[in-house]
Amino acid sequence: MLTQLPFYQQAILTLSAMILFTSFALLAQSRVVSIIHAFAWQGAMVALTTALVAYDTGLHHLYISAFLTLALKALFIPWLLHRLIRRLGLIRELHTVEHPVMTMMIATSLVIFCYYVAQPIEQFSETITRNTIAISMSVILLGMLMLISRNKAVSQVVGFMSLENGLFFAAISATNGMPMVVELGIAFDVLIAAVIFGVFFFHIRDSFDSLDVSQFHRLSESDE
Amino acid sequence: MNALILTLLIPLLSSVAMAVMGQKKIAGSLNIIVSLAQFIATLFMTSVVFKQGHIGASNGQFYIDSFNVYLIALTALVGLTTSLFSRPYMEQERQNGRLSTNRMRLYHTSYQGFLFTMQLALSTNNLGILWVALEGATLATVLLVSLYRTPEAIEAAWKYFIICGVGIAQALFGTVLIYFAAAQVIPDPEQALLIRVLVEHAAGLHPIIMTIAFVFLLVGYGTKVGLVPMHTWLPDAHSEGPTPMSAVLSGLLLNVALYALVRVKILTDGALANNLSGHSPHLAGYLMMGFGLLSFTVAGYMLHRQRDIKRLFSYSSIEHMGLMTFAFGLGVPLATFGALLHMTVHSLTKSSIFITVGHASHIAQTQKIDNIRGLIATQPSVGWGLLIGTAAIAGFPPFGVFTSEFLLLSATMQTHPWLTIPLLVGLAVAFAGLFRHLHPMVYGEKPAEQTGVQANMWPVIIQLALVLWLGLSIPDFLAQWFDQATQLITGSGLL
Repeated sequence: MLTQLPFYQQAILTLSAMILFTSFALLAQSRVVSIIHAFAWQGAMVALTTALVAYDTGLHHLYISAFLTLALKALFIPWLLHRLIRRLGLIRELHTVEHPVMTMMIATSLVIFCYYVAQPIEQFSETITRNTIAISMSVILLGMLMLISRNKAVSQVVGFMSLENGLFFAAISATNGMPMVVELGIAFDVLIAAVIFGVFFFHIRDSFDSLDVSQFHRLSESDE
Repeated sequence: MNALILTLLIPLLSSVAMAVMGQKKIAGSLNIIVSLAQFIATLFMTSVVFKQGHIGASNGQFYIDSFNVYLIALTALVGLTTSLFSRPYMEQERQNGRLSTNRMRLYHTSYQGFLFTMQLALSTNNLGILWVALEGATLATVLLVSLYRTPEAIEAAWKYFIICGVGIAQALFGTVLIYFAAAQVIPDPEQALLIRVLVEHAAGLHPIIMTIAFVFLLVGYGTKVGLVPMHTWLPDAHSEGPTPMSAVLSGLLLNVALYALVRVKILTDGALANNLSGHSPHLAGYLMMGFGLLSFTVAGYMLHRQRDIKRLFSYSSIEHMGLMTFAFGLGVPLATFGALLHMTVHSLTKSSIFITVGHASHIAQTQKIDNIRGLIATQPSVGWGLLIGTAAIAGFPPFGVFTSEFLLLSATMQTHPWLTIPLLVGLAVAFAGLFRHLHPMVYGEKPAEQTGVQANMWPVIIQLALVLWLGLSIPDFLAQWFDQATQLITGSGLL
């Protein structure tokens, strides 16, 4: 059945599978440099998918989105993170994954859950949309899982940005992108967010001597 | 329309100007002047809306109707009064050595940037831009939360950033799903996110997709509203950031997030109305009622165990936002009218309380409730301000909060009588929670060396007078707007 699909749709399906794979790679990696690289690859693949959709549908404004994604998610943010961890002297740091088996099991169940949620949408949609919607939801939830399971600020930021990739991918695959004003607005927000995260790394390091956010427990709601 | 452009441009340009010009002595005064200019622009716009009924601009990208016009004026008013308070307050903080001059520049830039995002979120007719503006509000305020650079402030800001960032990401996914549903019925993709167009086509939107979208939007914008269990960022951000920021967060941001939520509720209700999906047509309302009641109850109990005065009042904000969410969820005209009034009076009261709290914590030189004592003996204006403000927020007559809570209770009595019990219990619990802390703070023994501070109480007096006025009689034009907004939200008016 898959071979009956047009070539572009097959390519998009393959790419979405690879995007999902990079999400799993992000969850499992423990070297901080590898995490950033995996994230850059994910951004590049989302950008490539966007370009493919643009070519397939003939919607030229999607090329701009593809370019923006490539510039922001695949080049600028990874470069910024790379530069920051080098300046903070964290380049060789290991971000150990706690309970790796457990995390992977949860991640797998999340993907299955997303397919279950996307099921009813199938009734009136094109063949590949159900898959891509389910995968984009998975990427979002896996990004959240990464945010929860990691306790280093850099990994949390990557999780957050990967979540944003999932959102963008959802917009591209389900609706051929959002209106241009909205996409520009979102890209601007992401850019500012990345810069503020960078500023925060220094603040956290100055106050806590490391980027380990598991030290954050001064403001819990417990009785002293 | 020109007034609308001014409303948006003034804060945007002044934010840029504040960043470029660096920290000058006059920045605080300039902040007041531009906030005043913005307020005058909104008044002008309000008068146009009053005559014409609505304003549209830029090909339908902006639309002002009776639901957002008064929120826009309210935002500018609270922005103005808070800027009046913030000039001497922040100057004091700088002299106390808590802030460097450079951070003052960041403060003013972020303050105007935040006002811009609020006005943009309120005036836009595009669900996507609404999202962009609300995310922008997080970005504008996150560096304000960490302004003091203490470990606690950094922790609070990080939590705020991550929790609100993830929350608002859910809302974007919901927006994408709405766009997806709209693309099936609205041919022009550029029009498919415009709220006005969506409302017209609401009945044609796919009900299952809209249900999933609403759940994501509820969680997403609900995080910013401060609904339990996504509320954990709120007390931290309020307690660790500078006090003027707590005032605008509680008074404005929570309202605007709730406004966004109600806008999408209208669409979801429209899509579910003909009950093709097998879901109850009030699904969105039930979800909001559940989250609202939970927030209301939990926050009421949490009031009792607070030790920090700003955390105390931030839990009170959660409680009131929960109450409003519940009221919008009920979906009957009376409750909706009450909720719209409650948005207004809560915003006025809570921002004036935070202003007073700022003065109180300067007097006692701490935010710890246990160490704030004898405010009336030290400085009567601050002590009485806190007492009256808290009485107003607790729902004492004749203040406006009483009126709106009364409307809400009557509506609950008519539709879900058994729910009045948890509501009344919750109100009593919250009342006790506030006053057990308040009483020693205002009346208690005055510490020997405690002296008064220079305090400008005019913002508090003006806002509490407005709340009192709204409690005694709602002006006709405002009642008309509330009624039209109620028609917009529930389909039938009250008056």
